[in-house]
Amino acid sequence: MQYDPNSPIWLQVMTAIKTDIVTGRRPPGEKLPGGRELAVLYTINPNTAARVYQELEREGLCESRRGMGTYVTGDEERIAQVRGTMARQAAARFANEMEKLGIGRQEAARMILEEEKE
Amino acid sequence: MMLASKEITKMFGRKTAVDHVTLEMEPGHIYAMLGPNGSGKTTWMKMAAGLIKPTSGEMTFEGRPVDIESRKQIAYMSTEPYFYTWMTARDVGKYYGDFFADYSADRYRALLERMELNETLKTRELSSGMMAKLKIAVTLARDARVYMLDEPFNGIDLLARDVIRACILESAAENKLLLLSSHLVEEMEAIADRAAYLKNGVLVECTDLEEMREQRGLSMADRYREIYSHSEGANA
Repeated sequence: MQYDPNSPIWLQVMTAIKTDIVTGRRPPGEKLPGGRELAVLYTINPNTAARVYQELEREGLCESRRGMGTYVTGDEERIAQVRGTMARQAAARFANEMEKLGIGRQEAARMILEEEKE
Repeated sequence: MMLASKEITKMFGRKTAVDHVTLEMEPGHIYAMLGPNGSGKTTWMKMAAGLIKPTSGEMTFEGRPVDIESRKQIAYMSTEPYFYTWMTARDVGKYYGDFFADYSADRYRALLERMELNETLKTRELSSGMMAKLKIAVTLARDARVYMLDEPFNGIDLLARDVIRACILESAAENKLLLLSSHLVEEMEAIADRAAYLKNGVLVECTDLEEMREQRGLSMADRYREIYSHSEGANA
């Protein structure tokens, strides 16, 4: 994975794993790699890896079971909620970019539909 | 504090290589030591490794001055080649095994395999990249408390750097301290969590990297440019 070195790396890895969870690539209840494993997998500092799990837990997307490791939450409602939030954020970013180009929301929406057709 | 220098200074003749550096390093972290050539990185590391003596000040490992005893727990890889040319990679391992009680032949073999090095190769036959990998393999084959690697990415191609980074991360642990120095700042950006910047022998700062990204939006490389960009032209 390529990182933007100007923004926190824990956040970038967290976003990648969140995406995996909300798209079902890492299904509810699945065991996640251990902290050190995660560090090697993503080529990041082990403390950064630990932070990733802390923050995922805080968001209710994963849970650590004592002595067993970290698992994706079984709470599918929560996963759907996070997916919705991520989608809204993506839409807002897109709308913002288009606004910078002087393109209104309706036209932007139309462009998305056209993009799909290609 | 695991490894600490207190007001440490090293003079070579009239030249001050390290100038009153106070620097404390904790286990459970990977430190990057940064600075242009001649900023004192190698000299600081050699004092930490117990290979050269400070002119003044003190270097301690777990509260005690660095000495022969601490060398048993500090694995140091210098930039200079230090094997006899007739040695094979296997001989290099044996040589290390004779010197260091914490050396593991199994771990060495596994590391050589990861780095795609053949044990029967003579060191004189190795390309500079292969030699660099061999040095890293034999250093990480020790079960030390501190690993200090001076320029681990030098002469190593892009793909092998990924392997090196993975091997470095696998050697990290909560009770161990890793210290890397490199001119290839970008290579250490994601694996280090703290960076010590040295300039003309003086410690500028020792920074938490994620904090710096979060609070100032600065990467390790950005901060490097901030600290050194003015002086470099002047010194060149």
